[in-house]
Amino acid sequence: MPDTQTSNSSTNAPVTGTAHVKRGMAEMLKGGVIMDVVTAEQAKIAEDAGAVAVMALERVPSDIRAQGGVSRMSDPDMIDSIMDAVSIPVMAKVRIGHFVEAQIIQSLGVDYVDESEVLTPADYANHIDKWAFTVPFVCGATNLGEALRRITEGAAMIRSKGEAGTGDVSNATTHMRGIRTEIRRLQSLPTDELYVAAKELQAPYELVKEIAETGKLPVVLFTAGGIATPADAAMMMQLGAEGVFVGSGIFKSDNPAHRAAAIVKATTFHDDPETLAKVSRGLGEAMVGINAGTLSQSDRLAERGW
Amino acid sequence: MTAPVIGVLALQGDVREHTAALAAAGAHARPVRRPTELETVDGLVIPGGESTTISKLADLFDLREPIDKRIADGMPVYGSCAGMIMLASEVLDGRSDQRGFAGIEMTVRRNAFGRQVASFEAPVSMAGIDGGPLNVLFIRAPWVERVGRGVEVLGTVTEGPAAGRIVAVRQGNLLATAFHPELTGDGRLHAYFADLVRAAL
Repeated sequence: MPDTQTSNSSTNAPVTGTAHVKRGMAEMLKGGVIMDVVTAEQAKIAEDAGAVAVMALERVPSDIRAQGGVSRMSDPDMIDSIMDAVSIPVMAKVRIGHFVEAQIIQSLGVDYVDESEVLTPADYANHIDKWAFTVPFVCGATNLGEALRRITEGAAMIRSKGEAGTGDVSNATTHMRGIRTEIRRLQSLPTDELYVAAKELQAPYELVKEIAETGKLPVVLFTAGGIATPADAAMMMQLGAEGVFVGSGIFKSDNPAHRAAAIVKATTFHDDPETLAKVSRGLGEAMVGINAGTLSQSDRLAERGW
Repeated sequence: MTAPVIGVLALQGDVREHTAALAAAGAHARPVRRPTELETVDGLVIPGGESTTISKLADLFDLREPIDKRIADGMPVYGSCAGMIMLASEVLDGRSDQRGFAGIEMTVRRNAFGRQVASFEAPVSMAGIDGGPLNVLFIRAPWVERVGRGVEVLGTVTEGPAAGRIVAVRQGNLLATAFHPELTGDGRLHAYFADLVRAAL
């Protein structure tokens, strides 16, 4: 694996941007909820509710769906205003393959970059070379092969894609179960079959072998795309997610502050039905949502990226 | 040698890595999310994570008072990064409603080294830990700006723009580091804490 930036133990000089430092940042977010916000006010509501980070973007995925058009990086002014408003980490999205948007976002001092299929891809062949950056990246994946290709390119965190902006959790479950099942399958393979598995996954053999041995990705795995209720978040945690991204689910609901706090509590107590029942009460209407099965091919965001 | 039971506050953060490091140090490690679980442990680790989130959940799930009480009764606690903030008597650059446990008499500045792009990996020499410097991670890390009487400074940053900053302290049975020893596979700090818990049994 490309890991050229590890520190030299013969010197005491601090080293930034190492794989350890980038992946370690995601370790600190585990068990937490990262919320999409489009204004400084929403960012404050998210922080008050106990979010571990916020994702700054122009439009939440459900509005991107409704309004159509090309979706791009947010205005730096808007990202700055969110960084000024909260003390928790701030993430921002860039288009798949748009390394200049990533350079700009890094220069703003954003804590994590999401190379995201929710925005319109800028390159249909290549993703960003994420090793070239000091800022860490999170990328989406629908299956293990896709996750491993992103990690090979330098992603320091993976989120299962789900289907953003639908409020329909079914694709999130499919992707999380799929990734976990493929990991378990690798664990069961004899060494000689791992070579073929690597070929089939279109991923480097060394990485495939590491996963067969450890039974987990070498980076943190979150879930995303369609989580709208505390029960959705808890189910994804029980399925093996290490944390949750909630996009449209919070600020497209009746009572965002209340729902945001409930999803935070549900993520921590994901295996405790009594607590889940308590936090699920009186939340008002969830986002209306779209049944992901009715989406046409061109509206399926999860199929962007490969 | 007895194996102490050490809890890891499991509200949010890198609970698994601390649990694994404690197990490697010969302790029985278990997650703590409820007051009843706190009663079963001899010592507690407050992991890295988001201190604002951990503080809020500690209040919501009625852990604040029992943890304060156990600390007053002498339970050993180790806080790493967010855990250091949770153990500080005073926090700068935190949220106004953010409260730590009744812990170490010190002033800690949150995110003192800067945002994530300034996070770094560096060796830190720590008093009381033999075998050379610990190679550790500082992630949006705090530092200690002031320590009160009776607080022992165990480690400082040796090089770079933040040289001289205090990043490891101990007051009685309370231990805090601005950095993460649990992410680089160096088990010496957890062994040091497990010894501290054993001695307090």
